[in-house]
Amino acid sequence: MGDLWAGLSEAFRLLVTLDSDLVEITLRSLQVTLTALAIGSAIALPLAAFLAVRRFRWRRSVIAVLNALMGLPPVVVGLAVYVLLSRSGPFGVLGLLFTPSAMIIAQVIIIVPLIASVAHQSLRDLWSEYHDLLISMNVTQSQKIRTLLWDARRALLTASLAGFGRAIGEVGAIMIVGGNIEHATRVLTTAIALETGRGDFALALGLGFVLIGLAITVNLCIHWLGRTEQEGRW
Amino acid sequence: MILFPLTVRGAQTTRRGKVLVGPVDLDLAGVGATVVMGPNGSGKTTLLRLLHGAARLTHGRIDWACTQAEARSAQAFVFQRPVMLRRSVLENLTYPLRLRGTSRSVAQFMAEDWAARVGLDAMLDRPATVLSGGEQQKLALARAMIIEPQLLFLDEPTAALDGRATREVEAVLRAALASGTRLILSTHDLGQARRLADEVLFLLHGQVLEHNAARKFFEAPATLQARAFLRGDIVE
Repeated sequence: MGDLWAGLSEAFRLLVTLDSDLVEITLRSLQVTLTALAIGSAIALPLAAFLAVRRFRWRRSVIAVLNALMGLPPVVVGLAVYVLLSRSGPFGVLGLLFTPSAMIIAQVIIIVPLIASVAHQSLRDLWSEYHDLLISMNVTQSQKIRTLLWDARRALLTASLAGFGRAIGEVGAIMIVGGNIEHATRVLTTAIALETGRGDFALALGLGFVLIGLAITVNLCIHWLGRTEQEGRW
Repeated sequence: MILFPLTVRGAQTTRRGKVLVGPVDLDLAGVGATVVMGPNGSGKTTLLRLLHGAARLTHGRIDWACTQAEARSAQAFVFQRPVMLRRSVLENLTYPLRLRGTSRSVAQFMAEDWAARVGLDAMLDRPATVLSGGEQQKLALARAMIIEPQLLFLDEPTAALDGRATREVEAVLRAALASGTRLILSTHDLGQARRLADEVLFLLHGQVLEHNAARKFFEAPATLQARAFLRGDIVE
């Protein structure tokens, strides 16, 4: 219990004094995760809509694989991205390893299956509702996808937030590809892992509470911006 | 572009080996209202969907006077259970226009006009999904009519409506007929069939048993089954 209290008061101290290291790694956490979220959503949401409206041979298999990949182990993703980006790897010339870009790439890979799977569930339901009407109106494939994405936007927000939750709390992959370098690739989760290893539980817990607060704040902001739970059932 | 005459030869649609409708031979001319009648499960909905091109034609031919694609874009379909887009009433009405590339302001103007015609002008900003059943059906009708289709299919458009809403829907349909829109509708309501029909298609077990002018059909139906159906007997 003593450690928890020490952690809480440390979190309070860090926040009140606007500790410059804390601000820096918090902003980097946000930058990496929000960028990964934007890129991941831009890939996953259209993919989910495409899977909902298009009937092709391997559709069921693709959906099953996506669902399975929701549980992709971040450490393995990190390792794979590491191998691809390392000096001797195929993308080594880009010099991306141990940069925030590498962390973003790893997080995108982790969250795309999650966002796509969750989004696909709700888009599939909406499509079964709209199917007859849109077929009758003779809409093109891309018009279908745009209509579904727009009309299901509230549900898609939830899918994206699930992706955000997974990315912001992720440590295994970004530790490997980012390297937890101070002032370069250190983010909240890797800092917590480091401080815990060092035995500075108060600081680690303090950072932990900041991380939780951050996740909740971002979720609330997005809900508030999207005005969910206010108008009707969508 | 001219849609009619419509020629249907040996048209059939099957699902998992079971014949839902057909084979159907049909010639439809370009004016008036054709009412499709028949007991539940006789294939009314499937026939409409087949003609519309929304059900798969597994055998036979359906030929319009123009190309398939032109025919498709000159038709609209109103479902028995209206499908509401999760948008406002206004956006439901502008949706088909915007799909066809109508500008936002023109679409909005036409939407307001049509909303007024079906009595929904006070509800333009309401989400369509919270409307009552009658209002939803009127919205679906306005949304189908807004593209000024040459041919409008309606699948039991008033099955779930009360007398007043039915009268409003029928008024819109009569106005459409007067302006030259071709109607093909299915109904259970004998009164409605008498009020609207110029000709009647009587369907049983997926087959067209009788295709006749409305007056002839109601006064002297040619088949035993149609006679029984009109008497109110249960036809199986």
